[in-house]
Amino acid sequence: MDWMSQNLLLMLGIKVTFALIMVGAVMTMAGYSVLAERKVSAWMQGRVGPNRTILPFIEHLPIFGPALRKLGIFQPLADGLKFLFKEEIVPGHVNKFYYYLAPIVALVPALTTMTVLPFGQMHWPDGSVSTLALADLEVGILFVFAVSSLGVYGIALAGWSSNSKYSFLGGIRSSAQMISYELAMGMSLLPVFLWVSVPGSQFSGLSLSAIANSQHDAPWLLLVQPISALIFLIALFAETNRLPFDMPESETDLVGGFHTEYGSFKFGIFFVAEYAHIVIGSAIFTVIFLGGWHFLPFLPDPWPASLLGTFLGVLWFLFKTASLIFFFIWVRWTLPRFRYDQVMSIGWSKLLPLALANLLLYLVIVTAIDRFTPPVP
Amino acid sequence: MAKTVVLERKPLSFSERTYLPQIVTGLKTTFANMFKTKVTLQYPEEKPVIPKNYRGVPTLVKDPNGREKCVSCQLCEFVCPPKAIRITPGAVPEDQFEREHVEKAPQEFEINMLRCIYCGYCQEVCPEEAIFLQDAYTLSGYSRDELVNDKKKLYELGGTLPDRHYKWDKKKQAELEGNNH
Repeated sequence: MDWMSQNLLLMLGIKVTFALIMVGAVMTMAGYSVLAERKVSAWMQGRVGPNRTILPFIEHLPIFGPALRKLGIFQPLADGLKFLFKEEIVPGHVNKFYYYLAPIVALVPALTTMTVLPFGQMHWPDGSVSTLALADLEVGILFVFAVSSLGVYGIALAGWSSNSKYSFLGGIRSSAQMISYELAMGMSLLPVFLWVSVPGSQFSGLSLSAIANSQHDAPWLLLVQPISALIFLIALFAETNRLPFDMPESETDLVGGFHTEYGSFKFGIFFVAEYAHIVIGSAIFTVIFLGGWHFLPFLPDPWPASLLGTFLGVLWFLFKTASLIFFFIWVRWTLPRFRYDQVMSIGWSKLLPLALANLLLYLVIVTAIDRFTPPVP
Repeated sequence: MAKTVVLERKPLSFSERTYLPQIVTGLKTTFANMFKTKVTLQYPEEKPVIPKNYRGVPTLVKDPNGREKCVSCQLCEFVCPPKAIRITPGAVPEDQFEREHVEKAPQEFEINMLRCIYCGYCQEVCPEEAIFLQDAYTLSGYSRDELVNDKKKLYELGGTLPDRHYKWDKKKQAELEGNNH
C-alpha cells in the first residue's frame, strides 16, 4: 500500500511537471507570437517594430545586447507586466460574475487542447518508441474538436456580460462564425482519417500521433489531400478568429468587439487565449497535414533513432509550427476582413458543400481501393 | 465631345472566383515588402530634417557681433494674436559703446509658449529682424511657469543669425561722416 501510494505520488509529480513545462512552452510561444505579429506587421509596412526593450544587464553585452534589443526579444515580458500592473477597471453596467468568468472560459479550452497534442517521438535507449504528449489519446482529434469549440463560450459570454452593443455584436458574430466553420472543419478531416486508416494500413483510429507517423517516409497529407488541407486551414483561420475572419473583434466597426469593455489583465487573458489558440491550431495542422515531427515528404527521417533524433524531431516540429504561425500573421497583414454576411455565405454555401463533396469523393476512392485490393492474408 | 466607350467586363474565370490566385498575389506583395528599406525614423536618436522657413519656437537672435538686435519697439507684442508676448522696455546702458545709437533694449522679454500659436506674425512684423521662428519644435515642461520663455532662454534658443544690415556699424559710419541724427 505504501509502495503503491509512493509510486502514485511519483507518477503524479512527473505528470504535473510535464504539464507545467508544456503550459510554459505554449504560453511562451503565445507570448512570442504576439511579438512576431508586431514585428512581421511592422516589416510588411516598412516599419521596424518594437526595438527598445532590454533587461539591465543584457544591455551591456557586446554584440548580443544591441541585437536582442533590436529584435525586441524582451517585449513580451514588458507587455505581460504592463497588463499585470494596469489599473483594474470594471465598468458599472456589466454582469460581474460572468464578466469575470469569461476570460477564464476563453483561456481554459485553449490550454486544454494541448494535453492531447503530440509533439515528438521519444526513442528510448532500449529501442522502444513512444509518443511525446501529455496524453496520447486514441480519440485525439475528437477531443481537440470537442474542447476547442468551447472557446466560443468565453467570447459569447464576454459579449453578453459586458452589456454593451459592441461587445454583444462581437459575441453574436463569434458564435455564428464558430458554428458555421466547425462543421466544415470536422467534415474536412473525415476524408483524411478515412485515407489514413484505409484497409490494409497499419495506422488507424483518430489518434493524432498515428496520423503523424503515417506520414513518415510517405507523402505528407497536404499533398494527398490538398482540398481537405485548404478547407481545414480556412476553417482554422475562422476558428482562431484570425483575419480575414476576425468577426468577433472587427476593430474597425465594433471598437474592440467582444473585449471592448475589458482592460488590464482580463484583456491580457483574452489576448493570450487568442494566441494560444493560434499556436495549438498551427501545431495540429502540422501534425495532421505537414508530417508532424517527421522530415520532408517521401524521405525517411535523416536523424538517428536516439535521444538526439528525438530532440531534432521536436525542433523540426517546432520549426514547422512556427512557420505556420508566420503564415497566419502573413495572411493577417495581407487580406482585408470579410463582411459578416460574406463570412456566413463562405462557410455555409461554399466550404461545407465542398467538404461534403470531398468526403464523397474519397469515400468512393477508398471503397474502390477496398474492393479491388486483394485481402491481406 | 469625347466618346464614351463602355468596356464590357469579362466574367470572372473559375480560378478568379475562388480568389485563391489573387490571395497568393497579395501574399507575394506583402512578403516582398518585408525586405524593403524601412522608413521609420528612430526619433530621439535620429531627428527629421527641418525644412527652411519652418515655424518652430519663436526665439530672439543676436547679430554676428554678439549685439542684441531687439530694440523693444513692442510691435510683436501688439501684433501677437494670442497675446503671448510681454515686453518690459528698458534702456541700453550708457557704457556699452558697441551698442551706441540705440537707446532702447528689452529689460525683460517673455513669450508664453502655452499661448503661442506659432503664427509667425512677430517675425513678420519685427523691423529689426530680431525675432525668428526657428527649427526648435520639441517643447515640454512640468509646470506652466517653465513654459514661459524669458529673455535669457530666448537668446539661448535663438543664437546668432547672419545679419545683412549691421545697423550699428552703419550708424557709426554715418556719425563719422557728420550725418548725426
